[in-house]
Amino acid sequence: MIVANKNKIKDMADNLSESGAGRSLWKDARIRFMQNKAATISLFILLAIVSFSFIGPYFAVWSYEQIDWNAMGSAARVGMPSIESGHFFGTDDLGRDLYSRVIQGTQISLMVGVLGASVAVIVGTLYGATSGYLGGKTDQIMMRIVDILMSIPYMFVLILLLVVFGRSIGMLFIGIGLLSWLDMSRIVRGQTLNLKNMEFIEAAKVTGVSDFKIITRHIVPNLLGIVAVYATLLVPGIILAESFISFLGLGVQEPSTSWGALIKEGAGTISYETEWQLLFPLAFFVVSLFCFYFIGDGLRDALDPKDR
Amino acid sequence: MSNQTILEVENLTVNFDVSSEGDMPWTKAKKLQAVNDISFSLSAGETLGVVGESGCGKSTLARAIVKMVPAESGKVVWLGNDLLGLSHSEARQYRKQIQMIFQDPLASLNPRMNIGEIIAEPLRTHYPKTPESDVKARVRDVMHKVGLLDNLVNRYPHEFSGGQCQRIGIARALILKPKLIICDEPVSALDVSIQAQVVNLLMDLQEEMDLALIFIAHDLSVVKHISTKIMVLYLGNMVELANSNDIYQSPSHPYTQALISAVPIPDPNVEKNKELILIEGDLPSPINPPSGCVFRTRCQKAQDICSQQKPEYKEVATSHSVACHFND
Ligand code: SF4
Repeated sequence: MIVANKNKIKDMADNLSESGAGRSLWKDARIRFMQNKAATISLFILLAIVSFSFIGPYFAVWSYEQIDWNAMGSAARVGMPSIESGHFFGTDDLGRDLYSRVIQGTQISLMVGVLGASVAVIVGTLYGATSGYLGGKTDQIMMRIVDILMSIPYMFVLILLLVVFGRSIGMLFIGIGLLSWLDMSRIVRGQTLNLKNMEFIEAAKVTGVSDFKIITRHIVPNLLGIVAVYATLLVPGIILAESFISFLGLGVQEPSTSWGALIKEGAGTISYETEWQLLFPLAFFVVSLFCFYFIGDGLRDALDPKDR
Repeated sequence: MSNQTILEVENLTVNFDVSSEGDMPWTKAKKLQAVNDISFSLSAGETLGVVGESGCGKSTLARAIVKMVPAESGKVVWLGNDLLGLSHSEARQYRKQIQMIFQDPLASLNPRMNIGEIIAEPLRTHYPKTPESDVKARVRDVMHKVGLLDNLVNRYPHEFSGGQCQRIGIARALILKPKLIICDEPVSALDVSIQAQVVNLLMDLQEEMDLALIFIAHDLSVVKHISTKIMVLYLGNMVELANSNDIYQSPSHPYTQALISAVPIPDPNVEKNKELILIEGDLPSPINPPSGCVFRTRCQKAQDICSQQKPEYKEVATSHSVACHFND
């Protein structure tokens, strides 16, 4: 009888242990993020824009470099947005289909943003974590290098790079990525310094956990939150930088295009009453940037340690 | 209880280099004597209470024993081996016999790991080949020991209260079946009612597993209950070391006397007539300690000799040593 009871209790305990799954900080953060309406809606809009840039081409009648000779030179009269002509967003001044060109620009701009941010995040995280974890003289020297690089006006360097090595999209995002890791490395270093002195790192050290395991198991997972937030905020910054460069005419090369290049062309022809040439790329640009900032904000609130 | 000596600390000294703000890179860093010439020994099943104000070097002492901070000189003899002479990898095998629990229970647990992972970490580190089912069983086992329900293994640290977090920390320290646990102010951050629970838990575990404990606290009332021996530290120096009862019955050092007078006594009659010795002034800077006796700037009995000569440790009774020129 008693034995049977004991088994029952044990079963109960086992059941409990299965239902007693804890909520990890990530799960908590996800729930908090979902509660942030602006961030969730932004996420959906952004996903829609991204999928549009991949699915959109299948509905296009014209390719992005094809010239509609009818519309060429008379965009204001013939090249307006219309379903019949197949120019859903109208044409640009050369008679090229704006719908296809906006899609192309979206792809390029997002790619530059995401790849640039990835380069920055990877370089910055490794550099910052190493510097912070090693500490002492190494840290001093590594951070002084960052200070020096930071004091160089970065647009200027980027423009020089593009002029010297020629305009190419590869150069562009390597340039942007390699220059924008500086902030990242500072943030990560600060965080690592904080973490390094936390008692759980000390506890691991006392137990005899190796340095490598401490970094991978204890430091990096605790850095991911801040890295994720910063990366989402970095993407729009890089898109802006690219757009600015393209606006100056130094960015992507024709017939490829980007948001910045399209906005430049649209702004240049605004006096011909072809406002759609400006408005369509501008709308995509503005909406995407807002989305990135809202998502970044939402992530930061969701992962903010103060709320825990 | 066996009476085998497991830990002997001999003349342990720890210095830190401190450079103040605005120093040029070539200025010599000042030396801060965090721990100065400390010796004691500890047997299995014993508890050494270490008491002193914050900044007196008690945490540094603990960290020097586990080699978290480098010692300047002295020995830490663990079961006949001098740990300080060992390389990192050689010391590793002793690591599992000495564990530590910390002051801030929540900060000592990685917020991204669940309780099961946290408790199992020492086991996985030292015995990486342990089958998963054994690890689970061991984790359950220690969780029971510290009074945690084992269905909590999948939860995360932020879901627990301070007292529970400290239990988790204790469970992590216990899983390798250590011989010594160093408790660095384990209850200072907890509520008073929970302090007693944790102290009692440690005492139960000590009896059950024949553990030696080094229990660090900043006031005497906490260690009174748990310690067999008590060491009083002042500015990195040991001022008195004696059995727990002797310290309470016949404190010899003026500093200890002042500390004891500050401990409330449950008997109102005694409490009323008790003379409270106040320690005035601030703790002097350890970078620039007073000459002679370190306590002289705040000692009521200080005489001329105190500033000229450093008092030696003297045995005033069996296993009761004091560093003061005038011990009565
Ligand atoms: S040596 Fe002198 S100053 Fe130091 S504790 Fe004793 S009486 Fe006080």
